[in-house]
Amino acid sequence: MAKPAISPSIARNLPLTGRHGGTGLVSILPAEPAFRTSLRARPDALGTLSKALGVALPEKPKSSVTAGTRTALWLGPDEWLVIDTGGKDPAADLAKVKVLHSAVDVSQRNTAILVSGPAAEATINAGCPQDLSLAVFPVGAVSRTVLGKIEIVLWRTGEYTFRVECWRSFSVYAFTFLSEAARNAMI
Amino acid sequence: MSFNSKSGSNRIAGAGRLTPAKVVRFTFDGQHFTGLEGDTLASALLANGVHLVGRSFKYHRPRGILSAGAEEPNALVGIERDRTRRQPNVRATVQEVYDGLKAVSQNRWPSLGFDIGSLNDLMSPFFTAGFYYKTFMWPKAAWKSLYEPNIRAAAGLGEAPDEPDADHYASRFAHCDVLVIGAGAAGLSAALAAAETGAQVIICDEQAQVGGALRYDSGARIEGRPGYEWAQETAARLAKMDNVRMLTRTTAFGYYAQNFVGLVERVTEHMARPAHDLPREKLWQVRARRVILATGAIERHMVFADNDRPGIMLAAAARTYLNHYGVAVGRKVGVYTANDSAYAAAIDLKRAGIDIPAIVDLRDAPASDLIEEVRGLGIEVLAGHAVKKVGGTRRVSSLTVTPKNGGSTRSIPVDALINSAGWTPSVHLFSQSRGKVRWDKEAERFLPGTYVQDCVSVGACNGTDGLQETIDEALAAGEHMAREAGVASKAKGTKLTASGGASWAGGMIGSAPGAGPDTTVKAFIDFQNDVTAKDIRQAVREGMHSIEHVKRFTTTGMATDQGKTSNLHGLAIAAEALQRDIPEVGLTTFRPPYTPVTFGAIVNHARHELFDPTRRTPMHAWHEAHGAVFEDVGQWKRPWYYPRPGEDMHKAVDRECVAVRNAAGIFDASTLGKIEVVGPDAAKFLELLYTNPWAKLGVGRLRYGVMLREDGFIYDDGVVGRIAEDRFHVTTTTGGAPRVMHHMEDYLQTEFPHLDVWITSTTEQWAVIAVQGPKARDIIAPLVEGIDLSTEAFPHMSVREGKICGVPTRLFRMSFTGEMGYEINVPADYGQAVWEAIYESGKPYGLAPYGTETMHVLRAEKGYIIVGQDTDGTVTPYDAGLAWAIGKNKTDFVGIRGLKRPDLVAEGRKQLVGLKTRDPKTVLEEGAQIVADPKQAIPMTIIGHVTSSYWSENCGRSIALALVANGSKRLGETLYVPMPDGVIEVEVTGPVFIDEKGERLHG
Repeated sequence: MAKPAISPSIARNLPLTGRHGGTGLVSILPAEPAFRTSLRARPDALGTLSKALGVALPEKPKSSVTAGTRTALWLGPDEWLVIDTGGKDPAADLAKVKVLHSAVDVSQRNTAILVSGPAAEATINAGCPQDLSLAVFPVGAVSRTVLGKIEIVLWRTGEYTFRVECWRSFSVYAFTFLSEAARNAMI
Repeated sequence: MSFNSKSGSNRIAGAGRLTPAKVVRFTFDGQHFTGLEGDTLASALLANGVHLVGRSFKYHRPRGILSAGAEEPNALVGIERDRTRRQPNVRATVQEVYDGLKAVSQNRWPSLGFDIGSLNDLMSPFFTAGFYYKTFMWPKAAWKSLYEPNIRAAAGLGEAPDEPDADHYASRFAHCDVLVIGAGAAGLSAALAAAETGAQVIICDEQAQVGGALRYDSGARIEGRPGYEWAQETAARLAKMDNVRMLTRTTAFGYYAQNFVGLVERVTEHMARPAHDLPREKLWQVRARRVILATGAIERHMVFADNDRPGIMLAAAARTYLNHYGVAVGRKVGVYTANDSAYAAAIDLKRAGIDIPAIVDLRDAPASDLIEEVRGLGIEVLAGHAVKKVGGTRRVSSLTVTPKNGGSTRSIPVDALINSAGWTPSVHLFSQSRGKVRWDKEAERFLPGTYVQDCVSVGACNGTDGLQETIDEALAAGEHMAREAGVASKAKGTKLTASGGASWAGGMIGSAPGAGPDTTVKAFIDFQNDVTAKDIRQAVREGMHSIEHVKRFTTTGMATDQGKTSNLHGLAIAAEALQRDIPEVGLTTFRPPYTPVTFGAIVNHARHELFDPTRRTPMHAWHEAHGAVFEDVGQWKRPWYYPRPGEDMHKAVDRECVAVRNAAGIFDASTLGKIEVVGPDAAKFLELLYTNPWAKLGVGRLRYGVMLREDGFIYDDGVVGRIAEDRFHVTTTTGGAPRVMHHMEDYLQTEFPHLDVWITSTTEQWAVIAVQGPKARDIIAPLVEGIDLSTEAFPHMSVREGKICGVPTRLFRMSFTGEMGYEINVPADYGQAVWEAIYESGKPYGLAPYGTETMHVLRAEKGYIIVGQDTDGTVTPYDAGLAWAIGKNKTDFVGIRGLKRPDLVAEGRKQLVGLKTRDPKTVLEEGAQIVADPKQAIPMTIIGHVTSSYWSENCGRSIALALVANGSKRLGETLYVPMPDGVIEVEVTGPVFIDEKGERLHG
């Protein structure tokens, strides 16, 4: 067999390239690509896994812990979504870890939309039934929830900024929904 | 009294709260009118002396304006903003006028004044309660062809718009500590007390302004100010507080479980030229820790002969038109009452200079101080009298009054008649919350009884009389509910001093004398559905003994107003006829919506591309650019076929099919469900979920798996690869992906929680490119790195990890075509680039992109089933010829017991076979029924049906798969497929039509 000719560079097509939405009160933008790992484990493994990841896996429901460019988002009692926006693959850091766990690369299963601005909360609340007031859903809060007719993972990254994670093929729906909702968010 | 003719001849200068200079122009049935900003359509029409606004539903009787609020049963009009914005059945008492508003009356032809349909009124002896049920019974067949279409055409109110809705709608989920529904004296006080604790408060009111009854109650004073002024100041104060959201023009229409309340805010309905970007309405879905119901009470009309004539209206409505809108409902206004509150109306009207010839009071001894007061104003009081009949058709012109126990009659000329039978507390939302009402026997009313949810009622809806009492109750409730909601109370303990206010008790329910049991008079209970007192009595006579039956037989309370003014009257008359107590006859349950809600508000954003998510694969743009025709598979768009210029679907599919078998094809399989099963017990878990054995499957090997439901029938199938000892890459059908994931998770959590294994959906992590055909290896070889593609190193049904085009891949050597081939998994973002590289590499070999139709044909040529097409939830692996996929030595898997049921192992079950038509050119219809003897009498005995059928260019003939009773023993038999244009003869064959030994797979 002939020696494989590897393409020197191969185009990466992001699902929301070129889209932007929102108003003066809220901006809706596709997030940069990131590494994502779906992590499942039981309580006794958390110490070892946290050490390997360099971020303490949160045990408090609907919370997250950030260290550098890496954040562990609590999704369930044995489930985390680990997102790294700094180019370091969490799955690689877990590859050699022996304690019982499941780490699955979902970097390109999900994509994310950044919703920011004074009307961000109202925009998301057009389709998300959760209480997003700061008292109930503070900065760092995370929830796997719904937006309109789809499932999302919602992460409040700041008082006026949210990251909406969804599966790739639902991202156009999510983006369109948020853009539509943004039109009248503050009325 | 002086009338200001600029905004209507019945507008009284100096009366009301509207600004005389702010004139707006509108039309009603094409006629031009002027009104004032802040008018409702009803007040503006009344200002112009227009009472006749519509025709009734059944008898087409002329109808006027009964009320001044949301309870209006009569004054339903169409509002036409433009061609695409036409709304039927709008209550004129709710719709605010704006400059350029165009309103039309309904249910009349050719005109409102002269209406052919009013012949129904003369025919009314034939149109009694239950008329439709009795009359259109024979002949039975005529119901569908004759009666129903004609009744439907004649019935219905208003014209539905025929263009798509040009407006858009907004939506918001909101949470609060305390939701206050109603912003009258009670609601505002409750909101104020709650807000002062720091609680998050939402207060809504259906009116354009807050105030509720304070809009008309001229005697109410709060904190030394007129009640209405206090209300506006309080609303302004609340609106300024950070923890309060004040929503006017907002109706709480539905009270659902766990204090979930639906509100609709009308954003632009009152605007002349709404900004393009404004939503017409906004749907609020509120989750409240506590709810305070301050929904007030609704005045009831008196039930007497011809009480529906235009010009006859509720007393408090006339007071509202006067005190708020500055409109006199007539110049000479009669009063008919059975309670005190009409006296206040009479006094206000009289003081405004309107002639009140008499107050006809059904009671023998009304309170003496009231009588003194009105007599002091020169109004005659006829106590113990009844209105026997009224003169006038399109507008009331006189009353005929008689002592209620008989005596001489007297006629009084009037141009309007205001009336009041008493007040009905608005318990609609309380009832919707599943609360149980209790009967207040003394005051003859239903009040909130047993609460089911965390809510409380205050003020008139709770039967609380007096303004001071109402406010005290509301302030206490506001503070209490805030504390109950968990707000650490720092209440100010606000006290408000009030005087005036009405008593909501007293009055009568049922029909007044003159609506006698066996006369032909029409004494209306339910104006909107044209139900009279005698209809209720007739229903009882005909055996309807429960109010639920009476309601359905007579349709009382079943119109869009849900009987807000009529329910209690109907109930009282039924109870009287049944000689039972009212609570025994029972009140019907109130259901959402409180008032009609537009479809637009409910559908909201879910239109056009947001109706349902459209899922596209990572290679979608390429397919589009290459002319693919797409097929909807669930929410996915999948390339169906790729026609070249001049090709129809058949030609394209024939070409694609031949290309795959002769050279190679490329196919987008990204939509296949994928699940990563990880953990030391992964194999054990799969052993339990699939019929197949997995323990001995080597790393790097693939196996086709069959998944059953507990009942033993096929649930899903797919190829599973072992990536590592503790890691499997499972594939599912496209449509089955979510339910297989749930099925697995369900069993993992409930049946097999002891297993150390987790499942993760990876459907969208991977783009999947199938390359199939004899040239497949040659095509991908130059792009693959780190994998030996030779059959020895990488045989059929194997998986290897390596790189393609420099991108990590899980390369599956497998086939759903019967050809040697690959399914190449790459991270989704790289799917299109890898696809393009393969396509370029394959061009010299004649690589053709193929779609789902070709995929279906190719797999059918090989007898590979599609779950959901060749199976239907009643097919076992044995039936489908998949007995080989059941691990013979396995002692457990989901469905193993189901598979042993007598029915499932019985002889003669329907089994999968192939069918060849005698005429090879005939292609069977999928779903066609199969019989053994085409000459038998109809209905024939059906022995099976066609599940898949195609023209196979590769076979040069048609092929089909079918489920046929005892099919595996019928090979070679001739069966028949009777079709409308003749019987098709078929031969039963095995299900494999090409390469029966499967040699091509190994390339």
